[in-house]
Parts: sequence; C-alpha cells; structure tokens
Amino acid sequence: MTHLSIAPRSADDARLAATVERFARRIEAMPPGICPVVAQAALLRAGADQTCGKCVPCRDGLPRLAALADKLAACAADEADLACARELAQMIRDTSDCAIGYEAAEAFLQGLDEFAEEYASHLNERRCAAGIGQSVPCETLCPAHVNAPGYIALVAQGDYAGAVNMVRKDNPFPTACAFVCEHPCEERCRRTLIDAPLNIRGIKRYAVDRAPANTVAPPPRSVDTARTVAVIGGGPSGLTCAYFLALMGHRVTVFEARRRLGGMMRYGIPAYRFPRARLDEDIRGIMNAGTITVRCGDAVDAERFREIADTYHAVYVAIGAQKGKTLAIEGADAAGVMSAVDLLGRIGDGDVPDFSGKDVVVVGGGNVAMDCARTAVRAGAKSVSVAYRRRKEDMTALPTEVEAAIAEGVEMRTLCAPAAIEADEQGRCTALVVQPQMIGAVKRGRPAPVAADKPPVRLSADIVLVAVGQDIDAAPFEECGLSTTWGRFDADDGLHAQGGPRNVFVGGDCQTGPATVIRAIAAGKVAARNIDEFLGYSHKLACGVEAPAAQPNDRTPYGRVELAERPACERKRDFEDVECGMSREEVLQECGRCLRCDCFGIGVTEGGRQQYA
Amino acid sequence: MPSIIIDGAALSAREGSTILEAARQAGVHIPTLCYLKERSAIASCRLCVVEVAGEPHPVPACSTVVREGMEVTTRSPLLAAYRKMALELILSSKGPALVACAQRADGELAALCHELGVEAPTDAEAADGAAEGTLELRFPFAQGKESPRVEGNPFLSFDPNRCIKCQRCVGACNAAARNHSLGTRRRGALTLIAAPFGPNWRASECESCGNCAQACPTGAISLKARGAGADLPAYGDASDGAPADLSASGTRRVRTTCPHCGVGCQLELEVRGGRIRAARGAQGASNRGLLCVKGRSASFDFVGAPDRLTTPLVRNRATGELEPATWDEALSLVASRLSQLRDEHGGESLAAFACSRSTNEDVYLFQKMARAAFKTNNVDSCARV
Repeated sequence: MTHLSIAPRSADDARLAATVERFARRIEAMPPGICPVVAQAALLRAGADQTCGKCVPCRDGLPRLAALADKLAACAADEADLACARELAQMIRDTSDCAIGYEAAEAFLQGLDEFAEEYASHLNERRCAAGIGQSVPCETLCPAHVNAPGYIALVAQGDYAGAVNMVRKDNPFPTACAFVCEHPCEERCRRTLIDAPLNIRGIKRYAVDRAPANTVAPPPRSVDTARTVAVIGGGPSGLTCAYFLALMGHRVTVFEARRRLGGMMRYGIPAYRFPRARLDEDIRGIMNAGTITVRCGDAVDAERFREIADTYHAVYVAIGAQKGKTLAIEGADAAGVMSAVDLLGRIGDGDVPDFSGKDVVVVGGGNVAMDCARTAVRAGAKSVSVAYRRRKEDMTALPTEVEAAIAEGVEMRTLCAPAAIEADEQGRCTALVVQPQMIGAVKRGRPAPVAADKPPVRLSADIVLVAVGQDIDAAPFEECGLSTTWGRFDADDGLHAQGGPRNVFVGGDCQTGPATVIRAIAAGKVAARNIDEFLGYSHKLACGVEAPAAQPNDRTPYGRVELAERPACERKRDFEDVECGMSREEVLQECGRCLRCDCFGIGVTEGGRQQYA
Repeated sequence: MPSIIIDGAALSAREGSTILEAARQAGVHIPTLCYLKERSAIASCRLCVVEVAGEPHPVPACSTVVREGMEVTTRSPLLAAYRKMALELILSSKGPALVACAQRADGELAALCHELGVEAPTDAEAADGAAEGTLELRFPFAQGKESPRVEGNPFLSFDPNRCIKCQRCVGACNAAARNHSLGTRRRGALTLIAAPFGPNWRASECESCGNCAQACPTGAISLKARGAGADLPAYGDASDGAPADLSASGTRRVRTTCPHCGVGCQLELEVRGGRIRAARGAQGASNRGLLCVKGRSASFDFVGAPDRLTTPLVRNRATGELEPATWDEALSLVASRLSQLRDEHGGESLAAFACSRSTNEDVYLFQKMARAAFKTNNVDSCARV
C-alpha cells in the first residue's frame, strides 16, 4: 500500500527557494558591459544544470553546447566550432522533449544572430568588440553618467551642497531628477546581489531638500569666448546644453515658444509630482552659470531659424515632442475630446480646468496617461477611468504611477481598445465605445492584444483625454533642410544635425521621440560638449567637489527604504507634492548600503568609469 | 481507424496507436533506440523523430499518437542530420568501451551507426589522429575515469561504461516485470542507472530475473551465465521485441517451454556448437517475453552437465553400488515394489510427489496414476514457486 503525504518529494525544494531568489538577483544585477558571449554561455550552463537527465539532446547536448559556448567566449573557437554549435543548437531546439532543452537552445540561436558582431570579433579578432567591458553600473546606466556613488557618499557625510554640485557635473537638473527621474541608475545596482538596489533617486531628493539647487553656487565659469550659441527650446535638453555652454564661457540665447522655461517639466509633468517652485530652483541654478539670455514667448519659424543659424556661431535644436497624437476613430472630433499634452500644457500656465460632475476617460497606458488621469481626479471629475488596450502589466507607465492612480480612485479599464466616440446633438462627447480585447501572442517582445469575441462596451464620458503618444513639430526646420526619419530629426552620434545649416545640432525628444527627462538632459550635455569642439574649444569643467573616500562595504542585508506618499484621500484634493522625502536616519541607512563600485572592483581600473568630463 | 499518410502512402492506423506502431505495421522503418515494445516508450533518444505536416518541429514517433489526416515524413535531410547528431551525442557520452560495443557487427548500435552514417574515419583522418576511438564523432569522449563494474549479483552484472541511460532496463524492471528494484540514481546530466547488483544485492528487492539484461541494447547489463561463452554477443532484444540477430556467430534458436513450473513460459534457447548457451524470454501467451531467474539462468545448465544421468541406475543389493539399467528393468522394479507396498500396507502408505519441472500434462497423468494404480490421495507437487 502506498502512503500519501503532503510533504514535497524533495524537502529541499522549500529551502531552495531562497537560493533560487539569490540566483535571480545575481542575474538581475548582471553588470553592464558584460560580454554577451559569456552571458550566453552562462545561460546555457544554467540550462544544462536544469536538465532532468532523460533526453539525449538536452542531457548530452546542452553540456556539449555550453562547452562550445565557453570555447567561443574564450576566443579559442574557430569557424568549424561555431558551425557545430549552431547545428547542435538547432538539433536541441527541434528535438528536445521539453522547454528546458528547446528554450535554452533557442535562446542561444537567437543570441548568435543578435550578437553576431561580438561572435565575429571573438572568432576573427580573438577579443571582445569595442565597448565591451564592465564599468560602474549606476554611473554607466545613467544616460548622463552622473557620479552616483560620489554624491551618495557626500549625502552620507552631510555635504548636501557638494552632492548637488556632484550631480551638476553631468546634470544641471538635480531637483527634477530627484522628483521625476525613472532612475535607470538603479537597474543593475550591484547592491541587488545582497538585498535590493539603492533608492538613488530618494537619496538625491534628500540632498536637494536640504540644499535647494538655487542656493548652491555652480562651479566658476571659464573666461568669455565671445562665441554665441542659440538654443531653441527651453526644456530639459535645451537648458542643460545652455548650462554647460555658459560654464564654458560661451554666450547662450534660449528661444522658448511658451511663456515660461521648463518644457515638459512644466507643461507636461503635473505639479503634484514636481512642484513648480522646485523646478524654478533648478532653472535659477542654471541661470547662475553664466551668460544665458532667455526669450520666452518667442516661437521659431522657418524664416527665424534661418536667421538664427546665420547669426549665431552654433544652434542647438531641442524642441521636444509637443504635438499630441490623435485617435483615428469615428467621433474623435467631438467637443470634450482633447489631447493630453494640450490639457497638461494649459495647466502649466495655471489654467486648471473644472471637471466637476464629469465622467472622464483617459485613453493610453503610459506615464502621460497616468498624469492626465490623476490630474482629472484633482480637477474634480465625478469618475476617472483609463482605457488601455493591453493589460495593466503591459502599461509603459511606471508601476508606482499606476498604483498611485488606482489609489486615488482611477479605474483601470484594461483590454479595451477605443472603437468610437459617441456625441449628442450638440456634438458634445457622451461616451467612448471600446472593443474588448484578449491578450495574445508576444510580438516584438510584448504580448499583443487581439479583438476578443465580445460585444463592444460603452464607457460614459463627458471628457475623453487622449494620451497615446506625441509627435514632433519638425516642419519649420525641415523647410530649412534638416532631415527627419519618422518625424524625428536625424543626427550623427555627436548630435550634429543631418541636412540644413552646418552649425546646427539636435537632441532630446525631437531626435529620439518622446522619452525621459534624463535622456533629454544627457543629449543636452553631449550637444554642449560637441558644440564646444565645433567652435574650436575643448573646455574641461571642474565640478569643485571630490567624492569622499570609501568606507568598507556593509554586507548586512537590509530592506530598501521606499519614499512614502501622502494618503490618497488627502492628496487627490490638491496639486501639492505627493511624495514625502526620507528622514536623516533613513537616508543614512540607504547611503550605507552603497557598495562604492567607483572605489571597489572595476571602478578603480583604467576604463572602469564611464564619464564625459 | 484514423487515415494517415506516411511518406506519401495512405494507410489506416489502429485507433490510439503511435506513429511508430503505425509505421511498423505498414512496413516503414523508423530508427529507434530507447524504445522497447511493451517495455518503455519514454522518447529519450530522439532517434525516431519524424516530421508531421503543420507541426513546427519534429516529433518522436514512439510517443506521438496518430490522428486523422496526419501526414508523416520519416526521411529527410534534416531528420537524418538530427538523428546522426543524437547518435553521436550518445556514443561520445562515455569512453571507448561504448564505441567498441557499437562496432560489433551484430549489435543494435552497430546497425544504427551504419544506418545513420556514423562511420569509422577514413585512413587519412585516422592517421591524423583526428578522431576519438574508431568512430568519427564530432564531440570528444566525456571526461572521467572508467567506472568499476557492478558484479555482486551471481547472475547479473552491470558495466556503467557501456550504459547509454536509455532506460529500457528501467521499463523492463518496473513497467513489465513489476519488480521496481532497478531505477535511476543521481539526477540531471549526472543521471545513472542504479542496478542493484552490488555487494548488497541480497538486501535489494531484485529477483535476478534478468529481464533488464534482455532489454539492454549495449550489453551494459548482462547475464553472468554467459561467462563461459563470453565470445557470444550479450545484447538484449531489438526494440520491436524480436531477438537480436545472432546468425553471424552461428547461433541457432530453439523455442521451448520452460520446465520449471506450470506457468508455461515460452523461452528460446540459444544453441551454438551443440551446446545451449543462453535462454531468452519469448513472446508466449503467459509470459509475454518475461522470464524469472530460474527460467533464464537455471533452465539449461544441467543439459550439458558432466554428472548428468543419462540412463536409469539400479542399486545392486549385493555390492550396494548403483549400476546402469535399461528403462524396462528400472520401471519394472519400481512398479513391482510399489505394488507390493500397496498390497501389504494399503494405499495410504504411499504418497506421490511430482517434480515442478514437469509439464501440466505430466503432473496430471502422475496424480492419475497415484490415485488409480497406488490407491492413494496423497498427491503433491513442488510447483508452487
């Protein structure tokens, strides 16, 4: 007779969970710059170790394939080895009984194509391709390569002004990034190996709260060069470029079409995420850098652009992506249908609409959609829902933004594709009709929705806010010869514009398509450096502060300190800041987790840092 | 009866049959290795992969059930390449002992090597030292020293160096013989066959029936009884359950009934040079290819034993010695003595014990004689093994 038991067959399975979680964290913390061939070999080895031992392709094949991958990684393989590896991988993929085998082989085969150049370099040059090699993770993954370990150590020491200037070495918007940065620096934080990534943005927030950017003098500027540079667009990218050019001693004029500076940080991001007074601190700090003339309300058309390009020694075009995309559905022109950027833009100039008693439906699943929805809540709407054609987890908005919107009472109507807008006799919008979707196969890396076999659903709506992306208003510049692809300006690696006058540089959203503040800032910095070179200079900028010496690593695992938010019931009634900063004891614990990768490991070697200065 | 197409030929397959069974029924050959009819179909060797129209990847014929309208291709350059690769992986998973086994002309592996194009290298390449062993394999032999043979069991031995982990033995022991004494040990890529033939074999549940040996395609598990005839192939059955072809060594097969008990197991004696060398389970109604330890290892040695009786012996009362006699003399003596005892002391003084090696018919006649001629109901047999 067989005895049944609820105990698992392997008692270690439960205990193993902690080890597996550790394994997962190690993969999560995969250092940037690692050789893809090595990463693939490691993945294959893990696959070989997972075989159950039944089938030949997986049990006998995967270890062979991993050995070939090791040989390739060691630059010891030849073309015959590569051909054999490919043949073996195809056989494993096509004849394995279960996913342990076929998925491992499929991943390897895809990598052979995806990293073809790296494999070719290993075979022919017997070395990794240029650019491969580890460097400090946070600094490398920040598009502006801000010295994160440096300012974290300064915050720990209590030198907040020093921390602000350490950020400013690469990014003149320490406050903006303390509030709204998507913090790519945290993605591969080495601390993940021990517990979790540092809350780098929260630490920066602590620094700018203690030492507001406008109170911290920027480093001294270089002597006046009498060279003039025009910056078209006073958003994060344009102002960053202006800041660094001014520090270099160039004379900068910023042309801004709107009434005030800040771009999408003022006319896109709602004040409850980034209070305007705090934005002004950054802008005042930038204005302190040197000779910056600002012309607000000065929109640049084709003729004006031609004139500017002729007058100034160099021009940086950073006009952003200002045009809201529209819905190509029936009734999209009804009254009450408006684009997200128009709504947020009006609010930026202080014109907050009154949605009292109204049903509001936001279309889209990005951060802008969440901004619109949470703004509509604050504008007094009776109900606010977000209609999105994929699932909640597919939303491109930060998960924290989605959760915050839900907490404030926003209903997520997922798997709902807009089909039509209904209007009354006066042409006023009454409802958004959506076609239910079901999530289907993964296409280009994302699960794609397909129309479900369900009848359309009518969502009552007095207001429909369309947040389905933004376009670039490139026409005036195209007229002057600047070339574009998919509506985005073309530029070389150094952000030198293609076509048009030869002294023009472009960057930010208008060159990449709508992205993040930190990417726009990074582009502004790169443009400033390259404009400096273009003008015949090679300025070096001192930041005036040194990173403190490193303390030994604290290896004790801690939890990550998250920033608290004001209660939803309270915060949804005003446009005041939603987030609360850390306390001193919290920031000290958080800073104490930093492993100082700038001082330990690769950071101390030649090429171990990724910096522009 | 699903209608399917195999290699362009339409046929009706039995409901629920696999592609392999349907193909064999239609006389279409698909190479197999880990599959053993009525024993094991775990689809581990992947030699039997075939293409099915509409399926993105090949599927194993041994475990894929046919469905109406299925279009199967059993031969293509892609399948040939995959099968060859799989066989090369198997052959290089151990050391030279396995490759040597694959080169014996009459083995299942040798036939597969020949069929799938795993060949000995040409002279030039061999001189170059390019190939491992004597077959051309794309992969070096797996590292590691030779493993010791497992030889505690008096009837069976296991040579891990020839084991390809096809698990046919596991199917034979568990699914067929239901002994559940042989399985796998260690896990993942390090999986081993755990044959309970070591020094502690007595403590195991193993009955030494040897059905695992009959299932083994490489002779990794083999019968010790073959020790005297070690020059004979030690392979088990072919994957369709047919006996390995031993004609090359001049071996003849003689079908007979096992004499050990009343079950009536069918067995085949392998006879060479006038001597019985081995017994294998044949497809009989009662044994379906299985044998017990007696049937496999104790049913024939006595035939050629030097001390075997070849004539009746009668004791000479004067000398006390046993002396050869004719059957008539011996039987007459026995009949008269037993009749005398019955007449003097009554039938109850006699009892009849039959030998378990007798057939049912013999035992029937024996008890009939006891009751009718000896007048006794004291009848028994040891045929209760």
